[in-house]
Amino acid sequence: MAHLELDKATIRFGGLTAVSEVDLEVRPGELVGLIGPNGAGKTTVFNLITGVYAPSAGEIRFEGRPIQGLPPHRIAALGIARTFQNIHLFQSLSVLDNVRVGRHVRARSSLLQGLFLTRGSLGDEAEIEAASRRLLNVFALEDEWNWRAGSLPYGDQRRLEIARALATEPRLLLLDEPAAGTNPQEKDALMQLIRRVRTEFGVSVLLIEHDMQVVMGICERIYVLDYGKVIAVGRPEEIRNDPRVIEAYLGEAV
Amino acid sequence: MPGSAHHLLEFVQHLINGLYLGGTYALIALGYTMVYGVLRLINFAHGDVVMVGAYVALFAAAGLHAPAPAPWYQTLLIFLLAMAACALLGMLIERVAYRPLRQAPRLAALITAIGVSVLLENGGQLPWVFGSQPRSVPELVPRVNILPTAWGLSVTPIELVTIGVTLALMVALQMLVQRTRIGKAMRACSMDREAAYLMGIPVNRVILVTFALGSALAAAAGMLIAVKTGQAHAFMGLMLGLKAFVAAVVGGIGSIPGAMVGGFSLGMIEEMVAGYGFSSWRDAIAFVLLILILLVRPTGIMGRAVPEKV
Amino acid sequence: MVVWLKRGLGLALLLLALWGMDTAATNYLEPTYYTLLVNIGRFVILAVSLNLINGITGQFSLGHMAFFALGGYAAAVVTKMVGHRLFGPVPSVSEGIPAFWYAWFAGSLLFGGLVAAVVGLAVGLPTLRLRGDYLAIVTLGMGEIVNIVIQNQEWIGGALGFADLPLFVRPGTGIFWIYLVAVATVLAIRNITQTTHGRALMAIREDEVAAQAMGVNVVRYKVLAFMVGAFFAGIAGGLYAHQQGIITPRDASFVRSIEIVVMVALGGSGSITGSILAAAILTALPEFLREAVGRLPYEQQEGARQLIEQLQMVIYALLLIVLMLVRPQGLLGARELSLRNLLRRRKPRSAPEPSG
Repeated sequence: MAHLELDKATIRFGGLTAVSEVDLEVRPGELVGLIGPNGAGKTTVFNLITGVYAPSAGEIRFEGRPIQGLPPHRIAALGIARTFQNIHLFQSLSVLDNVRVGRHVRARSSLLQGLFLTRGSLGDEAEIEAASRRLLNVFALEDEWNWRAGSLPYGDQRRLEIARALATEPRLLLLDEPAAGTNPQEKDALMQLIRRVRTEFGVSVLLIEHDMQVVMGICERIYVLDYGKVIAVGRPEEIRNDPRVIEAYLGEAV
Repeated sequence: MPGSAHHLLEFVQHLINGLYLGGTYALIALGYTMVYGVLRLINFAHGDVVMVGAYVALFAAAGLHAPAPAPWYQTLLIFLLAMAACALLGMLIERVAYRPLRQAPRLAALITAIGVSVLLENGGQLPWVFGSQPRSVPELVPRVNILPTAWGLSVTPIELVTIGVTLALMVALQMLVQRTRIGKAMRACSMDREAAYLMGIPVNRVILVTFALGSALAAAAGMLIAVKTGQAHAFMGLMLGLKAFVAAVVGGIGSIPGAMVGGFSLGMIEEMVAGYGFSSWRDAIAFVLLILILLVRPTGIMGRAVPEKV
Repeated sequence: MVVWLKRGLGLALLLLALWGMDTAATNYLEPTYYTLLVNIGRFVILAVSLNLINGITGQFSLGHMAFFALGGYAAAVVTKMVGHRLFGPVPSVSEGIPAFWYAWFAGSLLFGGLVAAVVGLAVGLPTLRLRGDYLAIVTLGMGEIVNIVIQNQEWIGGALGFADLPLFVRPGTGIFWIYLVAVATVLAIRNITQTTHGRALMAIREDEVAAQAMGVNVVRYKVLAFMVGAFFAGIAGGLYAHQQGIITPRDASFVRSIEIVVMVALGGSGSITGSILAAAILTALPEFLREAVGRLPYEQQEGARQLIEQLQMVIYALLLIVLMLVRPQGLLGARELSLRNLLRRRKPRSAPEPSG
């Protein structure tokens, strides 16, 4: 059974159809790429999946359950986490606090318990801190735990965003251009990291990426979006030779 | 039937009052909406520019030894002086208090705007500025009823002048924004300031002009209101400004026709609600309306929804 | 259970210490300074509770004093009207007020806080979806609406205010009550900030889009912050009403709320100790100025006093503007003042830009 399924998902803004009848599926444990020229509607697909927008038509199912129209925080609680194309960290909070916010959705104690720092609340906090520090270790950010997130180098900020997303214990991870603005060495490390995250955390990954080297290198299947429509699906070598894809990317190196 | 005739008269009277009130709100609302359009800033101090306008008119009238009622050219001169002085004040406020915060978080600019407002009000009431007591304003334009008493209706020249001046200024502003180079630049800035800057539009100058225009309109409103009520005081702009801001939101903030529609709507609604049994609630009406409009149609009557980018 | 035992002991010690402080202050301080301490306590409650909304959650409320007034009126109704009906009139201070009246007073404070919180819920639920600058205007409008609604309620004194309230907060009791609530406010809000709920609030301040993507129910948390802030402001109102013996609709006005906004901005948005510090400074300073006036020749005193009154808001305004231009993060930024932090500063810093 598919993990995530988009069934003719469509969204219109006024007269503009940004995403049109997109069918897309991610199977458990799969690493899927979503590519397309600028303005093709890739990030809008992410925004539909994560509840930032409700689709105008069509259905989105996660683990068999329709999730379209749910608010973002509910979808996060169900097990979908994301990163952002233009980094959205909590800039002036510490690195550790950024990851701890990710754990928020798994905390059980109420505000009232927090008000009196009851045992339940303190237990929660201990668990949140331990889990967050484990994540920082995985992402080699443990030494910077007390830095302002905004003061980290760019590449570290990208990794912190992934760590924060994983803190929510997702089963599906959406990565929006994780390689943007990184140098070739960082790119290799990133590809390894994504593979490692998939196996170690048992998540499926849907990945938007412009860098073809990264997409072709790690994705098992690729969807190509153009003008809000899926124009091709397939394994990397199929996509590389698909004439429609070449046409859509005319002028850009595939 | 005399009974229904009486009701009709009362209604017409409220209609006239509402038109007058709405005109003043609209005039002030224009300044809020223009500044919000280019800067996305609620210029809290705008209402207090109205107050300064009233005082400048008061001092100019005293300086010119203007009789009451004054000849039209003298009144016009005072009017223009008030507008010019406040245009300068508006530019000064922008340059000193807002421009350094252009890149800062929006709340920092808003807090500064509140600071400027509090400064103008409380600075204004200092003994060596305007003083804490209300000052009486000469009757430059007569405020006596021109209709026969038997009609049971009251219309005064100052009300007619206010409505006329308001409409004239609105038409002039609309022409300026739609037909002139600077108007086109203002519209470009309010659509996308970054892009306007990259296209070579002198954004800083456009913003200064926006403040100058808005403040001049506020001064016009201030003088007209002061002449009509016969007095000026340091806090007169507080409630006026807030209500005019509500009018701008009701009409759709950022939209110039919206400010006009919103101003007249608020004036009419306030006059009707207060006139028919809720007079002691007058100052709450605008805020109730604000909350209602934000719940039902946050973009206002003429506003457009702008999806926020993620 | 050991934790609760420790905390019970702590509470007992606190009560004892407050009682000791109160007794000492009553016996050894001039009445003006006693009142000054009580006023500082009130502004600490107001500034810290507003900081939860404006500083920690990053919203912008201009209506904090509306909650203050609502709480004050609600508490006054409980003591003066309900209490009167049940137990007869409150004896005057000189006759001695029996202890059960103080228990009733404590209950009235809680009731006032709850009324403020419920109104906070009613106002917050629809309006906290709005962007920050709209929220400022709506909360401002709320203050004016509360002001006008109360003005039209003749049964609680109308425009003239609800007067002749029993003076439960006065030399001998005032410091105890005010600082009991102030300590409770500071502890409650500090506790919140140290849990996942507090981090959710700060996440909202930093980046709403990211916060909800991480599973933070943004509207719910904004409303909760608004309600908790309103609750403590309401209690402060109850204390104030029974200190002055009167509460008026003007106490709800947003002009008064701006004073609290200045305190939060001066101390540093998000810093609880900053708010405490700023509340103390901005309350004490005018008092000391007035004190200095007393040393002027008699014929100049009246004018000087008036001038201080008039200048106070001018100075607040200038402070606000200069602060935003020069140091928008306030005195302490989001940092907290503590002995540990002061000591840590001496050591070389391990990271280039540590936070927290």
